[in-house]
Amino acid sequence: MTKVLGDFSPEERAAQEERLRKVWETPGGWRYWTSVNNSDIGLWYGVASFGFMLFAGTLALLMRLQLAVPDNDLLTADFFNQAFTLHGTVMMFLFAVPIFEAIAIFLLPSMLGARELPFPRLSAFGFWSFLLGGVFVCGSIFFNSAPSTGWFMYPPLATDKEFSGIGADIWLLGLSFIEVASIAAAVEIIVGIMKCRAPGMRINLMPMFAWYLLIVAGMILFAFPPLIAGDILFEMERMFDWPFFDAERGGDPLLWQHLFWIFGHPEVYIIFLPAIALMAMIVPTFAQRPIVGYSWIVLAAVGTGFLSFGLWVHHMFTTGLPQISLAFFSAASEAVVIPTGVQIFVFIATMLAGRVIFSVPMLFGAGGLITFVIGGLTGVMVALVPFDWQAHDTYFVVAHLHYVLIGGMLFPVVAGIYYYFPFVTGKKLSDAWGKVAFWLMFIGFNVGFFPMHFSGLRGMPRRVFTYPGDLGWDWFNLISTIGAFVFAAGVLTIIVDMFRPKYKLNDLNPWRSGTLEWTNNPDESWGMRSVPIITSRYPLWDQPNLQRDIDEGRYYLPDAKSGRRETLVTSVLDAEPIQCLRVGGTSYVTIVAAMALGGVFIALTFHWWITTIVCAIITLMAILYWLWTGTAEIPEAPEIDVGLGERLPIYRSGPASVGWWAMFITMVGDGTAFASLVFGYFFYWTIHEDFTAGISGPGAFWPMAALLLFLFSWVLMLAARHLNRDDNIIAARTALVVALVVTVAASVSGLMGPFTHDMDPTSHVYPATVWIISIWTVVHAVVGCIMQAYCLARSFAGRMTARYDQDIVNVTLYWHFLAVTAIVSFGVLGLFPMMR
Amino acid sequence: MRSILPREIESLWTLFTAPVVWALHFIVCYVVVAIYCEKAGVWEIDFNSIRIGLGLLTLAALGMIVLSAYLAWRQWGFGSGDPPHDRPTDHDRRLFQGFATLLLSGLSFVAVVYVAIPLIFIAGCQQ
Repeated sequence: MTKVLGDFSPEERAAQEERLRKVWETPGGWRYWTSVNNSDIGLWYGVASFGFMLFAGTLALLMRLQLAVPDNDLLTADFFNQAFTLHGTVMMFLFAVPIFEAIAIFLLPSMLGARELPFPRLSAFGFWSFLLGGVFVCGSIFFNSAPSTGWFMYPPLATDKEFSGIGADIWLLGLSFIEVASIAAAVEIIVGIMKCRAPGMRINLMPMFAWYLLIVAGMILFAFPPLIAGDILFEMERMFDWPFFDAERGGDPLLWQHLFWIFGHPEVYIIFLPAIALMAMIVPTFAQRPIVGYSWIVLAAVGTGFLSFGLWVHHMFTTGLPQISLAFFSAASEAVVIPTGVQIFVFIATMLAGRVIFSVPMLFGAGGLITFVIGGLTGVMVALVPFDWQAHDTYFVVAHLHYVLIGGMLFPVVAGIYYYFPFVTGKKLSDAWGKVAFWLMFIGFNVGFFPMHFSGLRGMPRRVFTYPGDLGWDWFNLISTIGAFVFAAGVLTIIVDMFRPKYKLNDLNPWRSGTLEWTNNPDESWGMRSVPIITSRYPLWDQPNLQRDIDEGRYYLPDAKSGRRETLVTSVLDAEPIQCLRVGGTSYVTIVAAMALGGVFIALTFHWWITTIVCAIITLMAILYWLWTGTAEIPEAPEIDVGLGERLPIYRSGPASVGWWAMFITMVGDGTAFASLVFGYFFYWTIHEDFTAGISGPGAFWPMAALLLFLFSWVLMLAARHLNRDDNIIAARTALVVALVVTVAASVSGLMGPFTHDMDPTSHVYPATVWIISIWTVVHAVVGCIMQAYCLARSFAGRMTARYDQDIVNVTLYWHFLAVTAIVSFGVLGLFPMMR
Repeated sequence: MRSILPREIESLWTLFTAPVVWALHFIVCYVVVAIYCEKAGVWEIDFNSIRIGLGLLTLAALGMIVLSAYLAWRQWGFGSGDPPHDRPTDHDRRLFQGFATLLLSGLSFVAVVYVAIPLIFIAGCQQ
């Protein structure tokens, strides 16, 4: 690619910079919080999740104080239950996953050479959802109503309102809300990595971090939805007494365990891979050479991503499943060691091949790897069924999981904080303080957690609030407590170091890194001054004058003449520029939408039905306003000058557009949740001799009627899209109206089956399952109707035309998924009972 | 031989072929055994038939993975051009894809074999 770079006089450059600064300006005063800029959102996300970590860490210290000596009465049993439940929940849902979303939102655009991720308002919406949900869940402990049944909420304990109180609802609804944020982040990350890389950044030149994050975001799409499906079933049982997990009425608590761990095990890798991704950025810098075995890292990331979905039952080895089933999962659990080992050896090889500078980030990185390897080895032990039967639910498992998570996630994240602090703030954390912090944390951690292996092997169960003195556990526990406080002192050292006054560096790239993010000036909010052409994996090492050319605006998009926030969209494999994308700017609507959606979840917790409905309506209005004003805008001209003598289209629709991919990705996640509900249906069929328990089903007539009507509506949508493209606008609008009417008829038919057969969802799990699958489908149909009406309105408002048809193309994509959902739902509900 | 093989396609998705085969094989093994162990009394099928069936499935899965590995090897130019494949060209990008896909095929092959081992050693549901 030989391009003639731009050449601007200092005056022209100053004028460009003025315009760029204005367009990307972060508002001042209290309006600062309406910013959607990735560097602001990333920072807030990071600070909030770090704050939640400190909160959960404090709970851990309280627990360690309670366990320091036998027969202690510092904490009550109930408070202890709340503390360990919240500790696990907060660390997993409010720290480990969000901190990586924060890092991704902050770093990815700079690393990929984009100005912004494709959906900045979605990131902001995700952040506010996360913050509100997190405060709600954490705050409950101050009202003595925190969840108290363990972070995996096993029924029947957690479905029993007498034992679990409102805490379980807070957990289910608060976290469902946060899962929305995670899926939003996944959409943002996948589309960002696939479509927003700098020109020339082919997939063989992508930074390792992007490879890992691509895989992790894909994993979120398949891991979180089963939990959402589980949450729905769980909440229906708690709110309306639908007996999904009640064995007396045909339910089964094991279904929850399946759904939870189909989420829960990949979750461990969703946490681990981004942390390792940070290491893959740090190690080459301090080994002063490119990573050894780039392709092997891709193997490790993809391999781990897939295999991690075959491990969930290893959390259920003691539930009485057939041993042959356990053996499959045991085998897969041992197989995942291979890709995990590969990535560790890649780091070792890179360090051996280069000349390592042992800085603070490397110290934390190396300490983390050692710790993780120890946790991995005990993991190999507990993946063996007979050993697990002995160690299950003891402190041995507590030790194992903390070695894995703190070694595999916390230490690398701290390494990342030290490494990227200058990138974020333009200042450097202290080497001396960092070393003190490391040794306190490393020694404290091992003193704290290593003895737990022994207390566990001596039979100490997890989650006990106290223990008698004559069991041989007391010394181990006292040592663990001392270690925990030493570890906490290390964390405190880092915090003090962060807030200590520091000098501003004069150097954008203090570590002499090779990757693109280090070209960004933290004082400017535009990200890249101009979007460069990339020809290397380590452009700052290999491309001479890169920094200067970027700063002088010699590459793409050096200006913002349109007064809009613009970034480049490039092709998936070879990153050739294909579109100049306009992204959303500063806005209140994201906060309103997130707060209103939060209101829905919070009101549901307390059964305030009217508030729920009001909040739901506000959410819908906010989202519609957001879409109407902020998406698929018809540009003033079809093409725009992007610099270097090139012109690119502003508007794309179909698979070439980012919106189409966002819809596709969201619907894949949605489809996974639906598949989990269908899994539930067949699960109950498997465990019962007659899964209907003699109760009449929805019959075949109404489900088949619904199925045909849905298919008819889908065909009409296809026709509407086609007619609209042919500029046959009146026919297209007619097709949309008919499709809308047919969808309403289809939805009513979908509910008529269970309704006309008097299926009482509280009587047995079979009617409950039929209802839940029908309702799921109908709710999606209602959303489909809103989309159809939206397309109609856009057409009438002149915002959707034959040429600018993104709306209807994306809605038709939604309808493809809806058609599949309807076929599966009504096919299964109507026909399967006849085949049993 | 080569003419009946699919032509080389330009897509990111081919990278995931072998792991997807692993996933499908894994799911089928798990589901078949889970259903069999609950319904064995109803259906009167011998566990050995299940083992043989899943054994054949394993062979089919391994065959698919070998095919994917061959296609990956072809994409890698039959081993022409060693890694690191870091030049900014279509050619290097393709070699990288081929090599990474080949590595993943290897991992998936081993993982399918791992998952099939219990079928050899465990002769019943043992619930």
